[in-house]
Amino acid sequence: MLTASNITFRVGQKALISDVSVSFAPGKLHLIIGPNGAGKSTLIKVLARLLHPQNGTIEYDGVDVRHASEAALAKQRAVLSQAVEVAFPLSVREVVMMGRYPHFGGRPGPTDERIVDEVMAHFDVTEFSQRNYQTLSGGERQRVNFARVLTQLWSNGTSSCRYLFLDEPLTFLDIRHQIEFMKKVRDFSGAPDVVTVGVVHDLNLAARFADHIVLLDHGRLVASGTATDVLTADLIRAIFGVNANFVTGNGPGVHIIFD
Amino acid sequence: MLLLALVAVTLLVLAASIRYGAIDFSIAEISSALTSVLPGRPEPTLDQRIFLELRFPRAVLCLLVGASLGVGGTLMQALFRNPIVEPGLVGTSSGAAFGSALFFVLGGVLHVGTSIWSLPFAACIGGVISTYLVFLLARSREDGRASIVMLLLTGLAVNALFMSAIGFLSYIARDPQARSITFWSLGTLSGASWKAVEIVATSTIFGSIIALRYAKQLNALMIGEDEATYLGVNVNRLKWIILSVNVVIVAVATAFTGVISFVGLVVPHILRMLGGADNRFLIVGSALMGATLLTLADLMARLVVRPAELPIGIVTSAVGVPVFILLLRRRHYVF
Repeated sequence: MLTASNITFRVGQKALISDVSVSFAPGKLHLIIGPNGAGKSTLIKVLARLLHPQNGTIEYDGVDVRHASEAALAKQRAVLSQAVEVAFPLSVREVVMMGRYPHFGGRPGPTDERIVDEVMAHFDVTEFSQRNYQTLSGGERQRVNFARVLTQLWSNGTSSCRYLFLDEPLTFLDIRHQIEFMKKVRDFSGAPDVVTVGVVHDLNLAARFADHIVLLDHGRLVASGTATDVLTADLIRAIFGVNANFVTGNGPGVHIIFD
Repeated sequence: MLLLALVAVTLLVLAASIRYGAIDFSIAEISSALTSVLPGRPEPTLDQRIFLELRFPRAVLCLLVGASLGVGGTLMQALFRNPIVEPGLVGTSSGAAFGSALFFVLGGVLHVGTSIWSLPFAACIGGVISTYLVFLLARSREDGRASIVMLLLTGLAVNALFMSAIGFLSYIARDPQARSITFWSLGTLSGASWKAVEIVATSTIFGSIIALRYAKQLNALMIGEDEATYLGVNVNRLKWIILSVNVVIVAVATAFTGVISFVGLVVPHILRMLGGADNRFLIVGSALMGATLLTLADLMARLVVRPAELPIGIVTSAVGVPVFILLLRRRHYVF
């Protein structure tokens, strides 16, 4: 369970997040939506404790993470970012192995090697395991990074929760890769000890995949609940400034058409 | 495997370095000189003393300074996530050079610095002050963190400032002082002694061991500061530790030999082409390869115009820069 209470985060005088309280249960996929500048990425970074809020507390399993060490936190929390640039030529396998860095001291052990092999197979990146990461396409890179993040969060056998944060991971993916990606995220987030919180821009993807949607605007929490609760025509018009029509298609759920 | 080969090459080059120079020593002469220090042997001859007190410490100092510059280059490139960075970038080298230039000009006037320690000490002070200045100016007003871009730009500015101050000092200096400044700012190993070896060995070995402990964290930094934080690295702490190691090993080496450019830039490049970008490999490899390359440069500096010698910094630049450009062009190295 991830609990954020009365979070306020300021840069200079400007509050990017104002008094946000929200909690995220394990086993569910939580997605944060909102217009540009709503503070979505900032909130993810505060929840992942990259940024320290001026007010409020973040608790993982009821424990305040304000003073947790980076090393301890990295064993149970991983973040997938928008795009990861590597400064030097590194093989794909070396990048994925970084996910195990918090778990071993000097050199990777046999367990680390095995986890990396399994996860790479799961993401279909085994075939280019020796390729230079810098030469991959955006979609391939994001698969490699997702693999890296999951090796970091590989079940450690303890009873505490694992926390996965997704900071606009779909930005550089085409529609097919977006859907594939979200399916893999949903599969992973179903585990009973995994708390998954992500930011997406596409309201239809949010409606289709999220168990719980949080709507932010100007750093404030506007609505929180299921897709049907949050994605109403009134709220979408008020926050995003567009009119929404809801269409029931052949597939699951509704589709939103904007004009 | 690659590291073992590097060790072999380093030893080979060291052997050549102690054998050839203004005068050549045969292997028999070298072994008799080495055994002459054992107790109960007759006093060493003049040739043996030249070998023991000049040639040998110079060769060892050269290895150590080369290793320092190589490791410093690897650390700076890893920290700045930029392959065109070298140890002098955060102001260390120009500050150290300024410290010693100031010493050359003022030392005689103020009657300080009669001991052999004064010059290296002045260089170290200069190196630390300039590095501190870069960090002070690069810190953000909002969160007190020094971003990499700000560090790079501030480093450029502070370097320019100190280099022009050195120019001013050599302009107002009397002729012999100006010559000293010039010679020192081109780099020279001619002042080598066993005392210098002791001090540089201490900083190089301890610095490299500390750096090696943080190699994995430096690897994580390759994918970005935020990502490294997510992987459990305290990035601000890492920056301070790595920069401190760099300042100490580069300023101490610079103090005894003057400014030797280019080694710290090219060594990590060659190693990445040979064996990849893993910092655990790069730190050990760049110590060995830095030692090897600087020793080769010193051999050339001694042999080309013998019995006189060239400033070693001229050799490293004149030979190194074309090689470096050739390597970059041939391997389509990815920036």
